[in-house]
Amino acid sequence: MDEEYDVIVLGTGLTECILSGLLSVEGKKVLHMDRNDYYGGDSASLNLTQLYRKFRPDQSAPAELGRDRDYAVDLIPKFIIASGELTRILVHTDVTRYLEFKQIAGSFVYRDGKISKVPSTEMEAVKSPLMGLFEKRRAKKFFEFLQGWKDDDPATHQGVDLDKDSMKSVYEKFGLEPGTQDFIGHAMALYLDDDYKTKPARTTYERIVLYTSSMARYGKSPYIYPLYGLGELPQAFARLSAIYGGTYMLDKSIDEIVTDADGKFVGVRSGNETVKAKQVVGDPSYFGAGKPAEGKARVKEEGKVIRAICFLKHPIPGTEDADSVQIIIPQNQVNRRNDIYIAKVSSTHNVCAKDVYVAIVSTIVETDNPEQEIVPGLQLLGPIYDKFVSVSTLYTPTTSGQDDQIFVTRSYDATSHFETVVEDVHNVWKQMIGKELVLKKREVEVEA
Amino acid sequence: MSKQLQFKLVLLGESAVGKSSLVLRFVKDQFDDYRESTIGAAFLTQTVTLDDQTTVKFEIWDTAGQERYKSLAPMYYRNANCAVVVYDITQAASLEKARSWIRELQRQADPSIVIALCGNKADLAARRQVSEEEAKKYAEEEGLMWAETSAKSGEGVHEIFTAIAKKLPTTTSPSARGGARTGAAARTGVDLNKQAANAPGQNEPCNC
Repeated sequence: MDEEYDVIVLGTGLTECILSGLLSVEGKKVLHMDRNDYYGGDSASLNLTQLYRKFRPDQSAPAELGRDRDYAVDLIPKFIIASGELTRILVHTDVTRYLEFKQIAGSFVYRDGKISKVPSTEMEAVKSPLMGLFEKRRAKKFFEFLQGWKDDDPATHQGVDLDKDSMKSVYEKFGLEPGTQDFIGHAMALYLDDDYKTKPARTTYERIVLYTSSMARYGKSPYIYPLYGLGELPQAFARLSAIYGGTYMLDKSIDEIVTDADGKFVGVRSGNETVKAKQVVGDPSYFGAGKPAEGKARVKEEGKVIRAICFLKHPIPGTEDADSVQIIIPQNQVNRRNDIYIAKVSSTHNVCAKDVYVAIVSTIVETDNPEQEIVPGLQLLGPIYDKFVSVSTLYTPTTSGQDDQIFVTRSYDATSHFETVVEDVHNVWKQMIGKELVLKKREVEVEA
Repeated sequence: MSKQLQFKLVLLGESAVGKSSLVLRFVKDQFDDYRESTIGAAFLTQTVTLDDQTTVKFEIWDTAGQERYKSLAPMYYRNANCAVVVYDITQAASLEKARSWIRELQRQADPSIVIALCGNKADLAARRQVSEEEAKKYAEEEGLMWAETSAKSGEGVHEIFTAIAKKLPTTTSPSARGGARTGAAARTGVDLNKQAANAPGQNEPCNC
């Protein structure tokens, strides 16, 4: 460990592994360390032994659940948006060759006490109980308007200015009912709360276009998912980093971030060895998150998320026995400020034994009794075989890191997808490198 | 009738025993005395044709240096159909390392994996520290294939890969055994690359 590196990366969560891979490809000399003996950090997928070690150290997994190696249980529930930014990075870095993806079979939304499928075809839309006949006509006009929108053709604007008019005013223009607004804003634009309504409509427009183009890509839902769990994603980017010269050390205690008299980064101490580098980047847990502040606080709290990992022995009722689903409970429907999400996967995705289903119910914590807050979600699942609940604090860096060359990534948020993770990658890259991250066209490799 | 089968092959062994050189000899018939470690490619492929016109395509995964601090990801072993575990005949300790990699394979990999133990640097027999008998005996006990090779001279290299190809099941396709994440042909899921041509954000038909 006496070499000197350009960058030390701490933690092998997805954000850090994407950064590590891109930095190595850029030609940086990278040392990537993790205190755990497995890849993935907070975004890991665990086998049964690891899962019980984490949540119930005094108990071993029941034999009834089957073989340890058949399990890859995600710690954070997220799906990949088919036409989203993570897909773009996967394709551009060629990391797709280490992974295999399957569709998520369906997307559902909760309305008036029951769940309905978010229509994926025109036929389904016509039959959908989500809207009455007249409302369907109004919604059709609204979607035709969005689909026909061209920035440089005022004739398509119908008097709307996407950059000035609020989304609320656009809904009103088309006379859409509150229930339809819930469905569009939460199940399609994937907003977690209603703050978007008072903001200019442009972002909502873009999010709906992303949803519909992702839906059109593979058909069943706008989401895809890697076989063997989300934990495959950091592993794949770590391999990219290694292939471009990155050095990997797992199971390594990180004891100190060493700085000089001015507070500028010098190196990382592990035991009595110190490795030097020009820059360091890592997840909040390596920079004081969850510990009493000593010296400079590098991270601050930004809310909490509750996640309940549930093992079921049956598909979620009312989902047409789908092997995998997302269910969104819009906040208005259950008198909350934030949506409740359910993400379910199964043996189709090689993440658990046959006839077992893994559903994660999650939301942003609003009260001091978070378990009570997810009850509307848990109630949709039917009998729960076993449940592992965690409340995680979300951390965000206090500075850009440019002064001391210490860069901190954000915790994984409550959104149901990876778009904010990629946003974080772009932000951190810009602070570290001093210019925007440009994904170069990959070279076509000729195989022997 | 000719048919092509595709298999994932992983390399294991201590650093500097010649894993990458062995693959370079097999795939490109080249050797470089002063090779830097790591190959710089995601993986290499090479095809072997068997007597009955069956062709076996190997997708060869190099450790990319991740073995150095015991940081190989589970992904590396996942769906591997065969493994070549390499030691250096001039370094007794490298056979010990090979033994621990074989234990790791028996723990992590599919039970049906075909494992070949490979004593490399046979051209340096004058400095031999590992006898043929010792390695062969161990391989027989563990039910492994065994050979000595020289990536430098090419001796034994093609032979060991061909022997592995012959030992792999040619009757069932790897995908049918649930054992292949091997190239687009064997994939059952969605192919992101194929779809990449459709730039997101185009005005695609709305579903509502």
